[in-house]
Amino acid sequence: MSEMLQTVPIELTVNGRRRALNVAVHHTLLDVLRDDLELTGTKECCLVGECGACTVSLDGRIVDSCLVLAVEADRAQVTTVEGLAVDGHVSPLQQAFLDKGAVQCGFCIPGQLVAAHALLAERPHPTVPEIQEGLAGNLCRCACYQQIISAVLATAEGTAR
Amino acid sequence: MHTFAYARPATLAEAVALLEAHGPAARLLAGGTDLVIRLRDGTARPAVVIDVKQIAELRPAIREENGRLVISAGTVMTDVASDDRVRRSFPALAEAAAVVGSVQIRNRATLVGNVCNASPAADTAPPLLVSGATVVAEGPGGTRRIPVDGFFVRSGVTTLARGELVTAIELPLPARKLGAVHMRRTRRRGHDLASVTLCCAVDEAGVTRLAYGSVGPRPILMIDESGVLADPAGSDEAKAPIFERMFADASPSPRSMRASPEYRLAMLRVLGARALRTAIDRLARG
Repeated sequence: MSEMLQTVPIELTVNGRRRALNVAVHHTLLDVLRDDLELTGTKECCLVGECGACTVSLDGRIVDSCLVLAVEADRAQVTTVEGLAVDGHVSPLQQAFLDKGAVQCGFCIPGQLVAAHALLAERPHPTVPEIQEGLAGNLCRCACYQQIISAVLATAEGTAR
Repeated sequence: MHTFAYARPATLAEAVALLEAHGPAARLLAGGTDLVIRLRDGTARPAVVIDVKQIAELRPAIREENGRLVISAGTVMTDVASDDRVRRSFPALAEAAAVVGSVQIRNRATLVGNVCNASPAADTAPPLLVSGATVVAEGPGGTRRIPVDGFFVRSGVTTLARGELVTAIELPLPARKLGAVHMRRTRRRGHDLASVTLCCAVDEAGVTRLAYGSVGPRPILMIDESGVLADPAGSDEAKAPIFERMFADASPSPRSMRASPEYRLAMLRVLGARALRTAIDRLARG
């Protein structure tokens, strides 16, 4: 496909569900998730890849969805915060965020959760510096960093070594 | 975001033809971590965005070939930082790739994109300069190999010609034992651009290579073959004048908001001395 396009048909799998839609080439994955697919858990915030509020998993790796054009997600597997629940219940990680008081205003939490979920998938028992590095791309204006780290540690402790 | 036409060529030849046809009105898209920001804020207003990720030759790959490590244009920082061959033969490059942006950025940003943006603060530039890396460009005239030291001009400007795109970076596998390290200074830990970014390598023949960025319009490579800097027993007094010559070309911008020129020049000397000691230690430990 090297003809010039303004809109492109794409197919992607979002939280396990196949979706097919036409996207404008200048719309981001974030735009399409929120406005076309109505998955508003993923938040729009800085739009320059610094805050991490728009973090989603793309083919198993976390990315800032504000910096990915929707057309680049053609044929990809996407997981958003809405995809973290297990059988309709909050995941152990989400429960730990609630238990540790990691959620204040809540705006950054979808991104924090997706990033922390990816970190734990790669390192089931991370150290505190590893958590800090793994979540360095997710800012929290309520400054709940200690509670967020506690929640990730608690989730790891609840996982068999 | 203003609109543009999007092209996703499947072959290098198609990509080159598009670049040649549209010239400066076209922009290449790999990881998008710089381009998408610029498309949104209007500092880049291309008529055509050419997504190179479907081109077979550019797919993510790190391979060994004729005594060189070849890193394809689609290879992201996460994979550069974690690759065993990069970590073994070019540890400073692995260290630099590991501190670019955040996890989210490193999963998307490519090494080649970092080089092509030619930011003076690019963290991977100093280790590539120290390693004698070569940029492989494909264009209307065929393939061209450009030493990375001859590639950077100033922020956003390289010696690529119209119609050319970078397909890979090649690093000659070191023939001598060496110790190398990447260091940088940022305003805060975590996700930040460097106020000073620097790489130092010392080899067993006594040659010291020092490259630094974020202190002028382009990253700079300096080489000391006298053996004075590399001497583990050498005094600071003996090394100081050589260091001063190596830092003479640093000219930080007074307009940058990250750090003042005075601070950058002071930190350049601190990091330079610290990196030299670490490189000497690493060489001794093998």
